[in-house]
Amino acid sequence: MTLHARLLGAAAVTALGAGVAAADPALVYDLGGKFDKSFNEAAFMGAERWAAETGGSYRDIEMQSEAQREQALRRLAEAGQNPIVTTGFAFSSVLNEVAPDYPDTKFAIIDGFVEQPNVLSILFAEHEGSYLVGMLAGMASESGTVGFVGGMDIPLIRRFGCGYAQGVLAANSDATVVANMTGTTPTAWNDPVRGGEITQAQISQGADVVYAAAGGTGVGVLQTAADAGILSIGVDSNQNYMHPGQVLTSMLKRVDNAVFDAFEAGADLETGVMVMDLAAGGVDWALDEYNEDLITDEMREAVDAAAEAIRSGELVVHNYTDDDSCPVLSF
Amino acid sequence: MDLIAIVQILDSTLRLATPLLFAALAGLISERAGVFDIGLEGKMLAAAFFSAAFAFTTGNVWLGLCAGIIASMFLSLIHGVASITFRGNQLISGVAINFLAAGLTVVIAQNWFRQGGRTPTLTGDARFPRLNLPFADALRDVPVLGPVYSVILSGHSILVYVGLLCVPLTWYVLFRTRFGLRLRAVGENPAAVDTAGISVIGLRYGAVMIAGVLCGLAGAYLATGLAAGFVKDMTAGRGFIALAAMIFAKWRPWHALGAVLLFGLLEAIANRYQNIDLGFIVLPAQFMQALPYVLTVVILAGFVGRAIPPRAGGEPYVKER
Repeated sequence: MTLHARLLGAAAVTALGAGVAAADPALVYDLGGKFDKSFNEAAFMGAERWAAETGGSYRDIEMQSEAQREQALRRLAEAGQNPIVTTGFAFSSVLNEVAPDYPDTKFAIIDGFVEQPNVLSILFAEHEGSYLVGMLAGMASESGTVGFVGGMDIPLIRRFGCGYAQGVLAANSDATVVANMTGTTPTAWNDPVRGGEITQAQISQGADVVYAAAGGTGVGVLQTAADAGILSIGVDSNQNYMHPGQVLTSMLKRVDNAVFDAFEAGADLETGVMVMDLAAGGVDWALDEYNEDLITDEMREAVDAAAEAIRSGELVVHNYTDDDSCPVLSF
Repeated sequence: MDLIAIVQILDSTLRLATPLLFAALAGLISERAGVFDIGLEGKMLAAAFFSAAFAFTTGNVWLGLCAGIIASMFLSLIHGVASITFRGNQLISGVAINFLAAGLTVVIAQNWFRQGGRTPTLTGDARFPRLNLPFADALRDVPVLGPVYSVILSGHSILVYVGLLCVPLTWYVLFRTRFGLRLRAVGENPAAVDTAGISVIGLRYGAVMIAGVLCGLAGAYLATGLAAGFVKDMTAGRGFIALAAMIFAKWRPWHALGAVLLFGLLEAIANRYQNIDLGFIVLPAQFMQALPYVLTVVILAGFVGRAIPPRAGGEPYVKER
């Protein structure tokens, strides 16, 4: 009997412990995986930075298949995690169904739009950041042909491509942009072999700067570009270090800042829509010791001027998802 | 579409077809012996990881290749033990191998390299160099023959040529040797082979292990020939396309070469052109990517001739008592 009581007591203490830890935030990664050196990894860095600065702890979970999304969200919500941050557009429909069932839990979705009272939709202006790296590509290209390799063919990635093409043409109105998508299924985020082949095909069409917006597939794009001696452009995280002197720049998407802010706000997270654009510091281009020799003063001035114009609203970069079309590039 | 573009597409075709070729031949040998092999994908993935991991740590791509082949053969052995010795369902064993490889590679990679389920980037001797065939430069300017020889055929990693050599070798072993005759007989009528006093179990193990070696070559080529390192799930369904190619080829080596070249060509075209304008209709790239599967379904439905698998395929052999 005593043993029984002790066991019950132990169970109660464990339950209590779970309850105390429950205010912790949680992060759910999309199919590309936590360490894709790109989008999801940026989210992870943001969460780690939060944990290091505040001493708090968080839970994270990596998706292995489409079917796990709802289950993962529900389990985290039922465990009392708050807020729950999800990365990737693919969570939109699932979150739309799950969020109403847990009105006391705050959710945040990066790259998706969900209209629920307890959801914060964080949208990035990737077209603005892509425009800037596109300008750099247009100025760095000697052949006048540049490439774009997208991951999975979704409107979000077309937004990258469209902004990029506008930037290229702004720097060099005679330039040609060759654009390819890796595929139409989530495997397109993790296929470096195909990414490399697409890059080779673009090189043979004259491209000498290639921009990869393709998650893990981008590793193959950057590798092939470095092997062939042409320049490449990384995405989401700063990828300049991967092939020093051969990555022109990286389009930074400050997913880490978004995750950090959401975790910092905790249960008081303000819901609604937040647009992380150039003016809000949501997107930028990377300049560090690995690529400083590639960026001339002239290029830097031109890009800084364009960035200033975009911030002030003087220059408007067309957003693909506004009307599902791109005036300068056909996909 | 000019001549240069066509030559470049064919060049890319050969590169893309090679992993499919190894895997299709692996499946072909295994299934000819009566053991269905859904686990091609998993074995390739395991080989890709271990070849990249050992190539990185030793700095020698050949040691990496050996490690990849051993890893793939180990999974083959599991498949053999489950489906030959213990007479389990071959399909379920194959699916289990796929899951095992998908999970295990990432876990081990994370444990060894701490880079989130990938290996560090391979450089120098840790990758297969591109091999220039003799006289490739001299012949470059000869019309027709020049581009075909020095661009399409030359300048690939050695595994591409090994793959091409495996086709006549497989054909010879299967159709011109005693071992091959017995192997095919085991897939059609194992009881007859057993009556002749030959070990059915032994032959099937032999076939499954050969399949392991070929899958090991396929995976090593992906990670150390085409790419420069392992990335989670990097086979991206190639094992299944290889299965489709094998069925498309109706379990025959030369036809398998044709099938993988066709599938490689479709992928190369889809990689190069986002949309293909035929004048009267615009084909999206997705159409080209789906075409291998569509063709396989057409074959299976019997429109282009029936694809008849080895008769004893999928059935564990039970001696009558």
